[in-house]
Amino acid sequence: MSVRPSALPVTHIRPGARAMSFTLDEVWHARELLYFLVWRDVKVRYKQTALGIAWSVLQPFLTMVVFTIFFGRLAKVPSDGVPYPLFSLAALVPWTYFATAASNGSSSLVGNQHLLAKVYFPRILVPLAAVLMPAVDLAVSFGMLIVLMAWYHVAPTAAIVALPLYVALGILTAFAVTLWTSALSVRYRDARYVLPFVIQIWLFISPVAYPASMVPERWRLLYSLNPMVTVVEGFRSSLLGTPGPGSTAAIAMVVVAAALAAGAAYFRSVEGSIVDLA
Amino acid sequence: MADIAIKISGLGKRYTIGAREQQYDTLRDRIAAAAARPFRRLAPGGLGASTTIWALQGVTHEIRRGEVVGVIGGNGAGKSTLLKILSRITTPTEGEAEIHGRVGSLLEVGTGFHPDLTGRENIFLNGAILGMRKAEIERKFEEIVRFAEIEEFIDTPVKHYSSGMYVRLGFAVAAQMEPEILIVDEVLAVGDVHFQRKCLGKLDDVARSGRTVLFVSHNMAAIQRLCTSAMLLQHGKLVRVGEVRSTVAAYLGGEARGGFAAAARTGEPQILSADLEDVAGRPLENPVCTEPIVCRIQFTLPHRAPGTRIGIGVLSCDGVPVFTTNNADAGFPCPSGPGDFEARVTIPANTFLAGDFHLALCLWNPGAILDLQEPALSFSVDAGRSPLYTENATRKGYVHVECAWSVTPRVESPAGVLS
Repeated sequence: MSVRPSALPVTHIRPGARAMSFTLDEVWHARELLYFLVWRDVKVRYKQTALGIAWSVLQPFLTMVVFTIFFGRLAKVPSDGVPYPLFSLAALVPWTYFATAASNGSSSLVGNQHLLAKVYFPRILVPLAAVLMPAVDLAVSFGMLIVLMAWYHVAPTAAIVALPLYVALGILTAFAVTLWTSALSVRYRDARYVLPFVIQIWLFISPVAYPASMVPERWRLLYSLNPMVTVVEGFRSSLLGTPGPGSTAAIAMVVVAAALAAGAAYFRSVEGSIVDLA
Repeated sequence: MADIAIKISGLGKRYTIGAREQQYDTLRDRIAAAAARPFRRLAPGGLGASTTIWALQGVTHEIRRGEVVGVIGGNGAGKSTLLKILSRITTPTEGEAEIHGRVGSLLEVGTGFHPDLTGRENIFLNGAILGMRKAEIERKFEEIVRFAEIEEFIDTPVKHYSSGMYVRLGFAVAAQMEPEILIVDEVLAVGDVHFQRKCLGKLDDVARSGRTVLFVSHNMAAIQRLCTSAMLLQHGKLVRVGEVRSTVAAYLGGEARGGFAAAARTGEPQILSADLEDVAGRPLENPVCTEPIVCRIQFTLPHRAPGTRIGIGVLSCDGVPVFTTNNADAGFPCPSGPGDFEARVTIPANTFLAGDFHLALCLWNPGAILDLQEPALSFSVDAGRSPLYTENATRKGYVHVECAWSVTPRVESPAGVLS
């Protein structure tokens, strides 16, 4: 089996992290590995946990119960004319995905240290897989949301066609966060203590427990810089027919695109030293 | 140019030792360091305050397509660092390398195996990690299972596997890689003899198929059997490259001769020095077959270390282990320390055949190797006036074994006598 030299790919190895970094072409070629990394995490989770798939339903469901009691009943938070349990669950489904994906992704490089030290593949697959894995939970909890909608006799409107866009925006937001936090936590293990706190604050600056319409007009622009506002409001509007995110969506897309570009650049600048630092 | 597979020019890798330790310092130290950081950046030399080590420096070499290159050298010589750079796991600090063709690297057997997944699941996962396509793994699945000899356990989680099964499965998957260039780290150190032989056979096939192989091993016999050339690394530098036999000899013989002395006390359990003498205690210049050889080893145990063992290993001139022996063979324990000690091993007369030998020294406890000097010293044994050499000068092998012999006229025994 002779191989013509011209057919062989040439790899250049040079100093500096950037010279090492992934190309989109390389990531595309490794798509099967990406699939297997996601598949591994899903399999392992369902093998290791007693409740398995129930966890993806339980967490948003119990949060919804608590929110309904405290925000819906006691604090009488308005819910855009939708029953409060449905209102909050429609937000908790994408939110739970985001929170899980961000924390999963942040610890992904540290958690896969051993693998990274022994074999080369585009490093970016690790945080990417960690962000995609909770999408399985998202799909399951989405089923629960559909059941609750049927319970309240709420039918989705034509706006549902926009739903995939909001899901995609949610995934990209989580990925943008993860590009930063996964790389940062290799060097600064403090990141893992900071992140849960940040996620908690983030929950309150996103319209999960309350409608975005409660935010005063003069704060709207600042508020809409948070892409999760668009994700949550969009998710809710495309299913329940509540007011959509409107022009906020355009701002969110710009913010996410910028965060992704900057995150990818940062990731590329450090990925060559991931193995040496840890 | 067309037949070059790997071109390495001036490759070097520096590690900063200080940066690593900082991570585990106390919060107070961390804050202090953070406060000092802006100033340190401004200071000439930047991070010069922390210790740096060149794990690899100025390595230049061209490897032609189809060459099977053995990479040899002592612990810490930079072998693994070289392989890691060429596998793109870590970046070099200086220099560059050009690789023509797809690289498959096997730095560890079973990389990425997940204990909770079954053998079947891990084959797919590990295959994908090593860069194989799903369809490719499916096609080779049967062969992997057969090679690993785990047919009946294929749907058992690998955490229930014996270590032998685990390693076999890992190697079986890796053996299916078909890159143009294969990079293999010391993977033969694991597994039983049967498995090692199988691995070597597989590597042999790969080498014969015209692929380029870079192979790190401490097994000099394997290096000599498989490789077409060898690179000798010492303290991060490429000190010799070329023909296998002479490079192996340079490695084994070049480190020390006659005696061994440690460079400095490290404060850890350590072999300090070793030399050879005759039974009368005189330094042994020219050992002969018919005389016992006494090996004297000074070692230190700075802390109490019960269960410590001191041993020697004798290697042939081409690196094949001939035999090993340690204090427990003689049925007495090593002192627990702390303190400095001297061990004396007497290798009986008429053990060695004439030839060159190397001696490895090892200090260990059941959990870990405390100090390993391999090879620590070398010696040549002369035939002298040994009766073994009176009739014909050539004898095969390394040692002489006293065997009982009898030769009698053969008598036809009638059938049924034995029953």
